[in-house]
Amino acid sequence: MSETVIEARDLTKRYGRTVAVDHLDLAVNKGEVFGVLGPNGSGKTTTILMLLGLTEPTAGSVRVLGFDPLRQPLEVKRRVGYLPDMVGFYDQLTAQENIAYTARLAGMTTTESAAPIKDALARVGLADVADHRVGTYSHGMRQRLGVAEVLVKRAEVAILDEPTNGLDPQATQELLDLIGELSREGMTILLSSHLLGLVQSVCDRVALFRRGRVGLIGEVSDLARQVLGGAYVVEVEADGVDLAQTLAGLEGIGSVTPVRAEVSRVDADRDVRPEIAARVVAAGGALRNMAIRRSGLDEVYVRYFEQAQETADAA
Amino acid sequence: MRREGSPFTGLSTIALKEAADHMSSLRMHLVMLLVLLTAIGAIYGAISQIKQTIGQDPFLFLRLFTTSQAPLPSFVTFLGFLLPLVAIALGFDAINGEYSRRTMSRILAQPIYRDAVLTGKFIGGLLVLAICLVTLWLLMTGLGILLLGLPPSGEEVLRGIAFLIASLAYGGVWLAVALLFSTLFRAPATSALAALTLWLLFTIFWPMIAPLLANLIAPVDPLDPMTTLANASWQSGIARISPNTLYNEMTLALLDPSTRAFGLLFLSQLQGALLGSPLPFSQSALLVWPQLAGLVAAMVVVFTVAYVSFQRQEIRA
Repeated sequence: MSETVIEARDLTKRYGRTVAVDHLDLAVNKGEVFGVLGPNGSGKTTTILMLLGLTEPTAGSVRVLGFDPLRQPLEVKRRVGYLPDMVGFYDQLTAQENIAYTARLAGMTTTESAAPIKDALARVGLADVADHRVGTYSHGMRQRLGVAEVLVKRAEVAILDEPTNGLDPQATQELLDLIGELSREGMTILLSSHLLGLVQSVCDRVALFRRGRVGLIGEVSDLARQVLGGAYVVEVEADGVDLAQTLAGLEGIGSVTPVRAEVSRVDADRDVRPEIAARVVAAGGALRNMAIRRSGLDEVYVRYFEQAQETADAA
Repeated sequence: MRREGSPFTGLSTIALKEAADHMSSLRMHLVMLLVLLTAIGAIYGAISQIKQTIGQDPFLFLRLFTTSQAPLPSFVTFLGFLLPLVAIALGFDAINGEYSRRTMSRILAQPIYRDAVLTGKFIGGLLVLAICLVTLWLLMTGLGILLLGLPPSGEEVLRGIAFLIASLAYGGVWLAVALLFSTLFRAPATSALAALTLWLLFTIFWPMIAPLLANLIAPVDPLDPMTTLANASWQSGIARISPNTLYNEMTLALLDPSTRAFGLLFLSQLQGALLGSPLPFSQSALLVWPQLAGLVAAMVVVFTVAYVSFQRQEIRA
């Protein structure tokens, strides 16, 4: 078991009568990339602000690198880099000046920070425009500048709130590559997002947030098994048979869901295409098409929240 | 529950950055241009007036600041009117501007306390105000020496410095007001309008409102002379709620050494006084002490309210 760097216990935040975060438990291990996923308003940002000590929890406790963000906020903030949702900079200053300012706030002198800033800007691909005013930057460049700030701080833990929000696919991929690189260098990264498929590629573990609680937590493939009943999805197009009935009892099959006429989705925990084909043909049906893919986080997410909605409706 | 670490971490960094930002911002350049032009206009008027009526005044140099030639008001009147505007321009978007630029959470994620942000912005603003005032004062002194051919005496310099301190306290009140509105309102336009409204109320309407209120509270009974006294003291009391009144009284006492008292004076109090003869600086300083203390107190109180409201704010953006 590796060392825990972020630990939240029974964390609760109420705004008046609304509960933003509801008895949340969370543990992030050293060196991992941890994804916090959930729809807007599920308490992700509030949780992050409480981890940083920027918002006071109503109840519960937080430990970040062994420090309490409420009593020792400076110790926590010295070691944790934070990239807020839709990060902003001083538009009239250059990228270099913006980072130099936060570096000074972090206790570095201008001479101390000059070299790290140069390296960090080169690393995020902004070296050429380091002396341009941030006002001329695109959204993706600002986001990368935010990552550069975390780099200059030499943070042990980086907390990235919706880092890919509003980025085009290429910028998103570049940012995710950068996050992967940082993680390989030993930085612990907690990132929140509602874009799941993208995050899946970089996250070691994810937690699905729903109404201020952690609904599910674990590795992506585990989650797929838990929610979907399998890690594979087989799309079967066949007519002349009732697929659900035909496949009933077949080992390794989770659920059969009709998608549209003659097309059904089968969740399975292994490649069950030969068995399905055999059954369909044996039942006298015409098998037209069959495709298999690994189930992604998107499906887990959609299904999980569908199920949650159903239980809520039933209750 | 105690927090660890000094609340002053990063204070000087923020103060210096704010000051540097103000010094290079277009907004400040415009406001300072306005102040500079009015100052030069006022002093030019004053000099031509002084040249015509050159007399035996031992404090001729101070007349530069207080002499007015119609239609231009004197330099101190201009400053009393425009200094709040400079302070409001410095502070109206101090806090809500950080929110709308979305820099607040990024700055607060650095190892500093919130205290440093607000205090740093206030000190940065005061620094800029002080620089502006000293520049103006030196400019006026230089113009006076050039055009009048007359160096200021030691006491005139002393009074000038006291006047600078009074002006800084006055500007500080308005800076604190602007800062308060910038924490209370999320939109910079709203906070600017609120601060300007208050400025107009105190500079233009307050002198009209004070007598009205005094008449309501203590009506004058023509048969009872004491009611006139009560009315007058109410009136000056209400007028002194406005920082402008306090500032005007201070400049009057500091720049016109023959000023002996503000408001009503009984004949018995004037016994033995040489009317029109100047007071020594120490006595003038004693005279303005309550006004200065009042301004500093107002500055501290307004800043404290801003501080409390900022500390309780949610950092969501």
